[in-house]
Amino acid sequence: MSGEVMEAGRTLAMGQDEALGGGRRSVEAPFGRALARLGQSRPDIVGLTADLGKYTDILPFRDAFPDRFFNVGMAEQNLVAVAAGLARTGKVPFATTYGVFATRRAYDFVAIALAHSNLNVKIVAGLPGLTTGYGGTHQAIEDLALMRMIPGLTVIDPCDATEIEAATEAIAEHHGPVYMRLLRGSVPVVFEPGYRFEIGKARRLREGSDVGIISTGFMTERALDAAEALHKHGLSAGVLHVPTIKPFDSVAVAEFAAGVSRIVTAENHVVVGGLASLVVESLFDAGLLKTVTRIGLPDRYIECGAVPTLQAKYGLTTEAVIATIAALG
Amino acid sequence: MLRNSPPGTADIGALERKAKRLRRHMLTMARGQGQGYIGQGLGIADTLAALYFHELRYDPHNPAWPDRDRFLLSTGHYSIALWAALAEAGIIPVEELVTYGADNSRLEMSTLDTTPGVEMIGGSLGHGLGQGVGQALGLRVDHSDSRVFVELSDGEMQEGSTWEAAMSASHFRLDGLVALIDCNGIQADGPVVLDMEPVADKWRAFGWETSEIDGNDMTAVVGAMAGARERNGKPKAIVLRTLPGKGVPRIESSEKSHFFRIDVAQWDGIIAEFEKSVGTQQ
Repeated sequence: MSGEVMEAGRTLAMGQDEALGGGRRSVEAPFGRALARLGQSRPDIVGLTADLGKYTDILPFRDAFPDRFFNVGMAEQNLVAVAAGLARTGKVPFATTYGVFATRRAYDFVAIALAHSNLNVKIVAGLPGLTTGYGGTHQAIEDLALMRMIPGLTVIDPCDATEIEAATEAIAEHHGPVYMRLLRGSVPVVFEPGYRFEIGKARRLREGSDVGIISTGFMTERALDAAEALHKHGLSAGVLHVPTIKPFDSVAVAEFAAGVSRIVTAENHVVVGGLASLVVESLFDAGLLKTVTRIGLPDRYIECGAVPTLQAKYGLTTEAVIATIAALG
Repeated sequence: MLRNSPPGTADIGALERKAKRLRRHMLTMARGQGQGYIGQGLGIADTLAALYFHELRYDPHNPAWPDRDRFLLSTGHYSIALWAALAEAGIIPVEELVTYGADNSRLEMSTLDTTPGVEMIGGSLGHGLGQGVGQALGLRVDHSDSRVFVELSDGEMQEGSTWEAAMSASHFRLDGLVALIDCNGIQADGPVVLDMEPVADKWRAFGWETSEIDGNDMTAVVGAMAGARERNGKPKAIVLRTLPGKGVPRIESSEKSHFFRIDVAQWDGIIAEFEKSVGTQQ
């Protein structure tokens, strides 16, 4: 890599260049709005939460359909069991809680009560990865790894408000259990309304020949901004967005990787068991033996703190992505 | 299709004969592979006879009939009793029972949910009641009067999820939900290892209308089920005190009654003892 790019990376990483990805508009509660909209035409959709309705953006659905909404209290095992029972009567339950509880607390119920019977339940999980400063109790840093191990469970990590709305519609159409990460509150719009989300499909968002960034979740926003900044300094970085962790689009990943000289993965998740592991498995299976640089969280518990501070410390900001790529040498 | 029989019309003698037929089926099944959860099955036989031949509304020719009452067997290892009941009810063939627990049989020793008449995957204890709550809520959304019966056990009450479900059932006023709590006094490590008494008081404290009966007394079982029909805003719990191995003295008195594995000659002896005790009754 050129000295110019490395210098640019340092400058950008220190926040001394133009604002990165600034000025994006955002949408309030894209999940809840999409679900409430869907509820009009889909009387089979019901909503559930375990005392986190306010914090998982599902209240627009509750307000529109109070008779089809059930708050089971702080009881995540029961949340999933009740959703399973509702699905057995032909309903399509959307059940919300935080990712840490849906996985660590209710895992046996997700595996046996839902996935083993291929029941049509959608778990929508807040606070994915490093989106809260409440420490290890609230940060679902390993949820993708846990959930991808469950046979038949679809696992989705959307990037932005547009994708959350599109994915909500797609998983309502799809028959089978789904775990979807939720970005809540005021969620940035990265993709324009014409963006198509398809379960199991990766999207090539930017072509580039020097570096190929394979990203999921909100790290795709950072990857796009980093690629744009690096482009101005002469480095060509492509971006492949992989919003579906399972089933994984190994074909698209291998095709993308074949066309670039370096591969970087970027995920809001520990770098073991999630996107990075899936990419390495896919490349190995395709006979592509390339070095993969992994951006993501370390395999340890993260401390409490302000989210921007923690994201910067653990390398999830656009500046950090630029610095990592610039340092590839 | 079978509608619920009106209260007070139960032919107790006929239901007792059905229970004996279920016990005979179970002994045949256990003899097939030489093993099974026969103690639990024999203990719950009277409850399943009352359910399938008096209380439940279902269509044996259409087990997925949407207007059916649901019966969820949460303790999947009691499957031996469920298979006997489903066969006697005409939902699965009687001839298939001998495959219980064999390779490629759909009559598993612990239920999966692919066999007709099975409403959930049992076996991971503590799953049943919450799923029953969900089914009851779904039926309410559909304005259905179908009811949901969930069998669970005394050992299973040690799973915290049972109480999560118990809380939510009374909160949602699921008066068409009936918990059938089989208290047979045994669990995997032997006699109940963590005292669950007073069982009935616990359910009452959680807002359930609760009765406590001898689960091997058909008159009492039918009476408790009749009492649970009222749609009064409360979920119903029936605490069934049962004897593992009921009806077969050699199993009743055995210490290894959580799981039974004995040789064919011993099974033949047990079956002969059973047939002698029931005489020529069917």
